[in-house]
Amino acid sequence: MYTQGLTPETETPVRAIGDEAAMARFQARIDAEQRIEPNDAMPAAYRRTLLRQISQHAHSEIVGMLPEGNWITRAPSLRRKVALLAKVQDECGHGLYLYAAAETLDATREQLYDDLLAGKARYSSIFNYPTPTWADIGAIGWLVDGAAIMNQIPLCRCSYGPYARAMIRVCKEESFHQRQGFEIMMTLARGTDAQKRMAQDALNRWWWPCLMMFGPPDTQSQHSDTSTLWKIKRFSNDELRQKFVDATVPQAHHLGLSLPDPKLHFDEISGHWRYGDIDWEEFRQVLAGHGPCNQERMAARRKAHDDGAWVREAALAHAEKHKARAA
Amino acid sequence: MSTASISLSKEPLVRFILRRADDALVLGHRLSEWCGHAPLLEEEMALANIALDHLGQARALYTYAAEVEAAGLDEDAYAYRRDPVDYLNVLLVERPNGDFAHTIVRLWLYSAFMSLWWQAMTGSKDAQLSAIAARAVKEVAYHLRHAANWLVRLGDGTAQSHQRTQMALDQLWPYAGEMFTSQPDEEDLIATGIAIDPETLRQAWLTRIMNEAAQALLKMPTAPFSQQGGRSGNHSEAMGHLLAELQFMQRTYPGAQW
Repeated sequence: MYTQGLTPETETPVRAIGDEAAMARFQARIDAEQRIEPNDAMPAAYRRTLLRQISQHAHSEIVGMLPEGNWITRAPSLRRKVALLAKVQDECGHGLYLYAAAETLDATREQLYDDLLAGKARYSSIFNYPTPTWADIGAIGWLVDGAAIMNQIPLCRCSYGPYARAMIRVCKEESFHQRQGFEIMMTLARGTDAQKRMAQDALNRWWWPCLMMFGPPDTQSQHSDTSTLWKIKRFSNDELRQKFVDATVPQAHHLGLSLPDPKLHFDEISGHWRYGDIDWEEFRQVLAGHGPCNQERMAARRKAHDDGAWVREAALAHAEKHKARAA
Repeated sequence: MSTASISLSKEPLVRFILRRADDALVLGHRLSEWCGHAPLLEEEMALANIALDHLGQARALYTYAAEVEAAGLDEDAYAYRRDPVDYLNVLLVERPNGDFAHTIVRLWLYSAFMSLWWQAMTGSKDAQLSAIAARAVKEVAYHLRHAANWLVRLGDGTAQSHQRTQMALDQLWPYAGEMFTSQPDEEDLIATGIAIDPETLRQAWLTRIMNEAAQALLKMPTAPFSQQGGRSGNHSEAMGHLLAELQFMQRTYPGAQW
């Protein structure tokens, strides 16, 4: 998840890359569900698309540490504190894993990370929303990780081997996080009036931004066609969004919480929960850097990077000296 | 359950356990403050691991303290519902993180002591403490190795990193001596082989510290161990802020389950 694919970019048309016969061979491999590996021939646009998607995903994991990290020192019990710290650590692990997958596409982590810090690379819009209460930790686990899983399970069958394999592990951990988040919400929903209020308030704030996580509607999605052809993407944004809504609405009802959508209703004929209009202007604004926390998130990452510069320089200097002394 | 503070047990074994549990809780909490802000991603992973180990040790010790005290308390009651004067950790662990050099030096001074302490405690006559020690001794070996490796990198690395690390050592040194103090109510526990006298670990600790400081090209501080008091509840200003965050939820929402 976490790749909404909205980076404005002029893609070189596929057909312009390589010769026709090579393209046909590549597509035949994809169609035969063969995995593409780092040393295999691939169209430049395939490489670029994947690099953009995997690096956005990695950035999202790293920036995504911040909203939840906000509650580690204030977690309400030792059990919750340990679980939250371990969860945020898992996200860092996912980031590292994904940067490694991106590096198989002739990029370096440093360069990708510099792009993030310079504001040239995107991360998921969802992490630009704040976590003012403990219930946000439950809501993120339940809803944000739930939405991430919807998107990432199909990515386990992505045509690019390193990404697909990374997703298998990431999905296992995300599923665990999602259950943990739901359990936090359940505890709140069955708790005191103050806890119920906290849970409902968090759901009210996270619901719509979570629906936006799947990216723009299919009618407006820029990258879906080639991504689908290359089996990077297996389902459309709207299909995944619908799956998420169908899975989540009954869970909210089970918790005794209401969803902040007066138009939400069950459509007997299709068997789907139909939702109201998503405020795509809000989504565009958040992606454009105008969300509630865009500035804080990037400032926090830049500060960590800048404050840590002397540490990284010291480690390199020591390694050089050590090598020189050993020689 | 309420938000009211619990009163500190007078039972020596409970207090002995709480002293070490509080060390682990407070250091674990401090290390967790780094999450999302570490100088490199690998270090995010490492600091979180070390924080988790400490929080795990704290939980095991609090749970055992609750069993010994048998007053219907649990790990969270100890961790979240004491008045500041009833926390018994050494001042060293509550020192603010400072820069990465401070964090590493604090971890190094503490882990060098705790690796000896846990090792000795594996021989405790108290089966439960001995079992907790058997696990902790493996964890602290990693903490010490990690801290000592960084100490050498930073001490040897650049002029700036050397200066920062020397400053961290100079500033934290006065706090190190409190680790070797024992409390009057520990005498019987030491005599019966349940606890150990930390003073007996001083020389081995100092030898190791001097050796590793030399490898890191750092000068040993000459200042006295002047900063003490945490073990008897006299904490620094920083501890109040730490507790304000730590206790916020438990104090704000009386009786709630989380």
